[in-house]
Amino acid sequence: MERAGIATALLCNLVSIAERVGAPRIVATRGIPYPTGDPSLGPAQERAWRRKLVERALEAVATPVSSPTIFEVNGGKDNA
Amino acid sequence: MTKVVHYINQFFAGIGGEDAAGSSPVRVEGTVGPGRRLQQLLGDDLEIVATVHCGDDYASGSSDAIEEILALVRQDDPDLLIAGPSFTSGRYGLACARVAAAATQAGITSLAAMHEENPGVDEAGGATVVRSGVAAREMGRSLETLAAAAAIVASGEPLTNEQGRLGRPRRQVVRVDRPAAARAVDLALARLGGDLEATEVPLPRFDQVTPAAPVDDVGQAVVALVTEGALVPEGNPGRLESARATRWLRYSLDGVDALAPEHYGSVHGGFSTVWANEDPHRIVPLDIARELEAEGAIGRLHGEYLVTAGNGTSVANARRFGVEWAADLRRSEVRAAILTST
Repeated sequence: MERAGIATALLCNLVSIAERVGAPRIVATRGIPYPTGDPSLGPAQERAWRRKLVERALEAVATPVSSPTIFEVNGGKDNA
Repeated sequence: MTKVVHYINQFFAGIGGEDAAGSSPVRVEGTVGPGRRLQQLLGDDLEIVATVHCGDDYASGSSDAIEEILALVRQDDPDLLIAGPSFTSGRYGLACARVAAAATQAGITSLAAMHEENPGVDEAGGATVVRSGVAAREMGRSLETLAAAAAIVASGEPLTNEQGRLGRPRRQVVRVDRPAAARAVDLALARLGGDLEATEVPLPRFDQVTPAAPVDDVGQAVVALVTEGALVPEGNPGRLESARATRWLRYSLDGVDALAPEHYGSVHGGFSTVWANEDPHRIVPLDIARELEAEGAIGRLHGEYLVTAGNGTSVANARRFGVEWAADLRRSEVRAAILTST
């Protein structure tokens, strides 16, 4: 999709794989089964976490990159 | 006698499926699951003294998990670690590869078995990776290849590509009959003859992706939500496959502001869908995207979301989906996409 000119934020947990396959814009998430969630949080906090992720995704697609770049979210855990 | 420890996941250990994917590592004496047949094939010279199993989410989710698994492996002071076979299962393959890599680093000869398209192949570090089938229905043949490879690796010999090795063999000094100049001419002639693959030094395959230009003003742009998390309307009307998908689907978001759990669910076969089904926004963040659209942070949300199941999907199909998605989105003047991946 990136190759075809669509800036694409990839929200995923397995960041090292995303990097290796060359995904240019990667947003690190917290778990494999819930890329835009975190069931360990209460509903309001989970929604706030999802908002941060989507906001970071929008920043990613607006940022020039030349190679796989990881966009961390504040409060994100290192799961890679 | 070569002492072997066998690493498998929660599924093959009989602990459970996706409901048990978060289970922590456990060491068991002797063989478990596929280890029984493997032991028969290994014969008397190699003995599986213990099996370590762990849930796929747990094992692939953090580097600490690999350390925990390695600590259990080391309890038996084995001569050889065997991991898998993990077929095309991504998380299981990663776990096998990382456990094998960590064990190798700790001085234990290690062998992981998986399919050539498993992402684990490139994560095995110094460990040897041997080819397996695509799925568990090919267990029998995969174990035969694995057992033969184990005997070779345990003897200290390098496994060759002909014997099922995936990836590059370790470089070593050997004597050859023909000088380099003659071999170079042979390769040049082979290339002129149409053989573009012939080489003595295979290079790693890296997919070079030229990134798209950034979107200048997301507040004016059309943004699409796309996912490989297999989130579909109730009843899966488009019959999306849960594994090895051959197609993708589109579903309208016109007039939809939220994805209610009664109307949407994931049919992905590669992870526990409990959390996705509790709240589909954990896979497709429509609630937040609508909020940001209303606030003007997103110009307009594309009128449909695109979906497939990324679970053992062949690279060729995945590439085709990407090309088709991009073409489809460009026709709708979409400038950016948010792609969620499980």
